[in-house]
Amino acid sequence: MNHPCLVTLERDSAPRVLFAGDKLVEVDLPAGTRCIYPKPPIQPLRDVDAAIRYAINHPLASEPLYAKLRPGMKVTIAVDDISLPLPPMRAPDVRERVLEIVLALFSDHGVDDVEIIVATGIHRKMKPAEVRHMVGSRVFDAYWPDRLYNHDAEDHDNLVEVATTDHGEVIEMNRRAVESDLIVYVNLNFVPMDGGHKSLMCGLTSYKSLSAHHNPETIRGCDSYMDPKKSELATRVWRMGRLANQKLNVFTIETTINNRMFDRPLEFLAKNEDDLDGRERLLLKGLVATTGRLPQAARQAVFDRFPAPYGVTGVWAGETEAVHERTLERCYEQYLVPVEGQADVLVTGIPYIGPYNVHAFLNPLLVSVQAQGYLFNFYRGAPLLKKGGTLIITHPCTDKFDHEQHAPYIDFVHRLLPETRDAVELHKRYEQKFAQDPAFIQMYRTGHAYHPAHAFFMWYWGENGRQHIGRVIVVGADNEYIPKLLGYETAPNMDEALYRARGSENRSLDITCLHVPPIVMADVLV
Amino acid sequence: MAASYFDVDGTLVSTNLVHPTLFYLLNQGTPVQTAMRFGRALFKAPAMGFAELADRRTFNELLYSSYQGMSEDRLVLLADEVFEKVLRPSIYPAARDLVRKNVERGNVVVLISGALDFIAQRLADHLGAQEVIANRLEMKDGYATGKLEKPVVAGPEKARLIRDHARTHGHDLDDCYAFSDSYSDLPMLSVVGHPAAVNPDPRLALLCKAYAWPSFDLRASS
Repeated sequence: MNHPCLVTLERDSAPRVLFAGDKLVEVDLPAGTRCIYPKPPIQPLRDVDAAIRYAINHPLASEPLYAKLRPGMKVTIAVDDISLPLPPMRAPDVRERVLEIVLALFSDHGVDDVEIIVATGIHRKMKPAEVRHMVGSRVFDAYWPDRLYNHDAEDHDNLVEVATTDHGEVIEMNRRAVESDLIVYVNLNFVPMDGGHKSLMCGLTSYKSLSAHHNPETIRGCDSYMDPKKSELATRVWRMGRLANQKLNVFTIETTINNRMFDRPLEFLAKNEDDLDGRERLLLKGLVATTGRLPQAARQAVFDRFPAPYGVTGVWAGETEAVHERTLERCYEQYLVPVEGQADVLVTGIPYIGPYNVHAFLNPLLVSVQAQGYLFNFYRGAPLLKKGGTLIITHPCTDKFDHEQHAPYIDFVHRLLPETRDAVELHKRYEQKFAQDPAFIQMYRTGHAYHPAHAFFMWYWGENGRQHIGRVIVVGADNEYIPKLLGYETAPNMDEALYRARGSENRSLDITCLHVPPIVMADVLV
Repeated sequence: MAASYFDVDGTLVSTNLVHPTLFYLLNQGTPVQTAMRFGRALFKAPAMGFAELADRRTFNELLYSSYQGMSEDRLVLLADEVFEKVLRPSIYPAARDLVRKNVERGNVVVLISGALDFIAQRLADHLGAQEVIANRLEMKDGYATGKLEKPVVAGPEKARLIRDHARTHGHDLDDCYAFSDSYSDLPMLSVVGHPAAVNPDPRLALLCKAYAWPSFDLRASS
């Protein structure tokens, strides 16, 4: 008996509707195709504030937060950045709720030396309006910009080496946090690869520390990013985080949300197309037609306009690893759908948004991150796709970049990828020089651009997918040049893509469609 | 090794060539000399205005003609004061960091400026830049003639000077950087592999968008 979210298509099944960037496209998939849909959203907590208070008063493997406080102490709060959740959460963001409660507690205990750092790592710095949305107006007005600010991974005067692991990984962190008597990390855990030690080890460190685990060797050693036990990335980050926590006084607060990405009237986008009622079918037709006709800027504006109505499903606090274990359980509960057997062909739509293009266009490098990085890795157990199988994606692959946020990506895609797609070669020959590019670093420091090293990390992000997947075929690309640069084939439609996947023998194929967004992960039993 | 070429006025500092000149004009040996020199400069102002619109080199030549008759001793003597009172307060907050990042990368940092060499050198020393390509006043018997030594550092000439500098020092231009705020420096930005706009004027900002050149604002502190 299949899980209700695993649907096998029949001859008379309706076409599936997949994202192709900020458009929706209808595709006909053959009878027998398995389609994996997201689980319905977990019921959110009824009283989130009460859950936060309970968590910090009854922490896991730690004394309560109030017991750690003493008047006059120096505290740093680190907060996850805008890369999650996607799209940004409708106000009040859960981070605002946690901050309001924690800051009131500090005030009650005479703790006044408090600074809040947005743990951006080498991501772009968040804009004031984005920070305000995340932390709420009250906190923003009281703390921004002197006591609430973005981490700067290039401000070497304010970075300090904490320790070096026995594997030679240097932990270089934000000085203010290191010199604090207490660090409180406020996390929003979107997917299972977030949170835990990754929060501090990626959010408040420098390029030097990040490059210890964001490199081709580590990524190739990962099975699924979403299964920390089988991820070399998690192994290295955990090793560094454990050591850092021995030197620092860290109190972790983690929160989980459900997968209610779309509000009414768009909720039906997560449903099986065969189960839509008449009104929903009409709306879907309208949406497909509208997104197909609107200019790109208008489509993006429409999607950017609506924050997601995510509901908070859990809050835990205390010692980092004990907390994260509970977080992972809740994440898996929301996302995992049991699936038996792997597929020869995996079909999926590439949506308009990823962690690194909030309020910006999903450029070609990020398309590869979505396809071979995130979507391929949305599994636990075995990969959904057989080794050497075919990944079919729907996306226009437009040669377009946000000139501010993704300035370094443009050089990476148009200068370096034509030289080589080999991640190891790129790492050895170009990464270090590129990561020190003074113009891009200045754009990162005083503007809102990603750090130049981030472009390399993005390419590496697809590396375990690249090693596993035989070929990637793009349906609906508006040019040939970008897919070729990324190492993809193109097909004008799904029939042609499937025909090519079958190859000359025209053999029958096990086809699986991962119907995202909202997020769904496959728990694959082979 | 690569080099990073920086325009100065409007790029690293908020002042332009006129500010130091005014300082010199207003700080002559006697009030009468000051009044006479300032009056003469004022008389040339409309011509300079037109020249600025038409050709940066002509503007520079007109502006520096105001120095005619000033003694070399006095120019050098006042240079520290010009730097401290005019240039230093106008350095953009993040300028020093930007220069430092270039040096840390292993690049030779060169200021290329229409300013006078003895002033630009003081700025270079302060910012940590290693070399200066700047205008030099022609001197005769210890007094400025009001003319500039060739080549005059301005507009397209900057591009040629950068090419010459790179060739002489063995820098591959493809690996070199150039930073400027002004569309008039387009030739200089175009000869290097890594051009970047700093506090760009509207025309340069548009060009940056078209060519996907990095562009940022040094006026905000990091």
